[in-house]
Amino acid sequence: MSFLLVSPIIIPFFTAILALLAWESRNLQRMISSCGAAVLLAAALVLFGFVWHNGIQATQIGNWPAPFGITIVADLFSAAMVVLAALMGLAVVVYSLAAIDHQRESFGYHALLHILIMGVCGAFLTGDIFNLYVWFEVLLIASFVLMQLGSEKAQLEGAIKYVTLNLMSSALFLTAIAILYGMVGTLNLADLSIQLRTVSRPGMLTTLAILFLLAFGIKAAIFPLFFWLPASYHTPPAPISAIFAGLLTKVGVYSLIRVFTLLFVHDVGTTHGLILLAAGLTMLTGILGALVQNDFRRILSFNLVSHVGYMIMGLGLYTPLALAGSIFYTVQDIIVKTSLFLVSGAVYRLRGTYRLNRLGGLYSSNPGLAVLFLLPALSLAGMPPFSGFWGKFILVKAGLDANSYLIVAAALIVGLLTLYSMSTVWSEVFWKKQPEEQSEPALESLPSGSWLLHVVPVAILVALMALIGLWPGPFFDFAQRAAEQLVNPSDYIQAVLGKSA
Amino acid sequence: MEVVLSFVVGGLYAAAIYLMMRRSIVKLILGLALLGHAANLLIFTIGRLVRGAPPIMLHGESQLIGQFADPVPEALILTAIVIGFGVQAFAIVLIRRSHQTLGTDDLDKMQSTESFD
Repeated sequence: MSFLLVSPIIIPFFTAILALLAWESRNLQRMISSCGAAVLLAAALVLFGFVWHNGIQATQIGNWPAPFGITIVADLFSAAMVVLAALMGLAVVVYSLAAIDHQRESFGYHALLHILIMGVCGAFLTGDIFNLYVWFEVLLIASFVLMQLGSEKAQLEGAIKYVTLNLMSSALFLTAIAILYGMVGTLNLADLSIQLRTVSRPGMLTTLAILFLLAFGIKAAIFPLFFWLPASYHTPPAPISAIFAGLLTKVGVYSLIRVFTLLFVHDVGTTHGLILLAAGLTMLTGILGALVQNDFRRILSFNLVSHVGYMIMGLGLYTPLALAGSIFYTVQDIIVKTSLFLVSGAVYRLRGTYRLNRLGGLYSSNPGLAVLFLLPALSLAGMPPFSGFWGKFILVKAGLDANSYLIVAAALIVGLLTLYSMSTVWSEVFWKKQPEEQSEPALESLPSGSWLLHVVPVAILVALMALIGLWPGPFFDFAQRAAEQLVNPSDYIQAVLGKSA
Repeated sequence: MEVVLSFVVGGLYAAAIYLMMRRSIVKLILGLALLGHAANLLIFTIGRLVRGAPPIMLHGESQLIGQFADPVPEALILTAIVIGFGVQAFAIVLIRRSHQTLGTDDLDKMQSTESFD
């Protein structure tokens, strides 16, 4: 059992080591990387199944009893996030086999990708706040190197902004941990949850909560802390920005949800009210930013920011239904965003540019690719029957139940604006005639094997998204059960500390 | 002693943020390094300073009583220092490479990834 819990950390770790040992042989690295990603997905699915049937699982590293040692915990939410991280990892690894150039592969691309996935899985599974900081640093250092791998001019410039803001967020996080430890003298999340209930200085605790909100808010790219994201995510090659878009901001969202359901629930009006305000402003500023862009991936980056707003909107409302909405939305958004970024990479491969005014005519030349863009784009905008519609539907319902009409209005308006933004991309990239001066390589010139590697991972992700959209029942059941575990942390505490709260 | 350290920590945070708001990337990195030191020193100070009371249990005791030095903050700082060292080493190489490639160390001139065209 305990091995199953740590396997999502161990498997990518060993894959990365093996890939490093195979430094000389690019082909061997590619094989190791693909196998490792597939094994990780299998392990993550087994873990999720186990948690689904047997409830929250916890293990103590090195048999140091909680709260003294480091705890690894998997509840439904974190197990599902691990499954998604593994799935996105596999999709991106397969896509990279065709989309990443030889130089980047030779300089350890695959090893770095697996280190990144290890950091993400570790952050999802840890039950210790300082350990969470360590996993953040693991995934950050891997993402720093991936961001500037290849050292193109734009990449270096984006990397400086990305590195600075993320290091700043880490320093804030460390500061917050220091004050938290000074207040209650423990770092175990479950133990903290118990200790914080009896803290006598609620004002200090609220300040601390805001410090955590700032630290995780930078990582999750919420308003007004998101400016590093659209300045950097469009600079690395498409598979790298796809895995960043799919997973990294969601680690921030996950941490926010974890911390603001387990630890800081003493003054919901202030802290969660602030989160709700940030959610509304994130949605609006993100989408307004997207409307004025003319670069395919920059539009997607701003949409990424905008839709983080929906994920924390449920947290801000803080009802079981709203949290279920947040979880549902996060799960489907990972799939949608990754596939959109992967499609943008395929478009780049065909036309050699991300600029909207130089793209065009892809609907007539590549109808299949156009469909692969259109479905997640409609889902992003919240069109029924796609998965994004159900996510927004649950959140809007929860907002109406809580009489928070302003945030509901913001969510609906942003849905419409997203539709406008996506239809701009559709008409510019796929629908309008290709500009005359364009003479980039067309699809026919790409080898068909390479083209399949571009399209098949996206097709599988889109199929999964369509499945969630057409058959949302089981996924909503899962979201409700996961939200139930978050709202009532007694099971979590029981699993970690072995005693009831 | 704790009062003195508190002022040192505050001074470090202020200096770090001042340096980070300058335009030069070299000062930016120095600011980031200072920010890490400030956080580490904060952990040290907030763990309460105790002299001559090691956290060692004598034979027959089952728990520590009274004042003793808490070993956890030191462990946290050690981890944070190691991580900070690695990250700062990377950041220094990054700014050197950026300076070579972009030909400037002025953050205000690095706006090509944020422009519209």
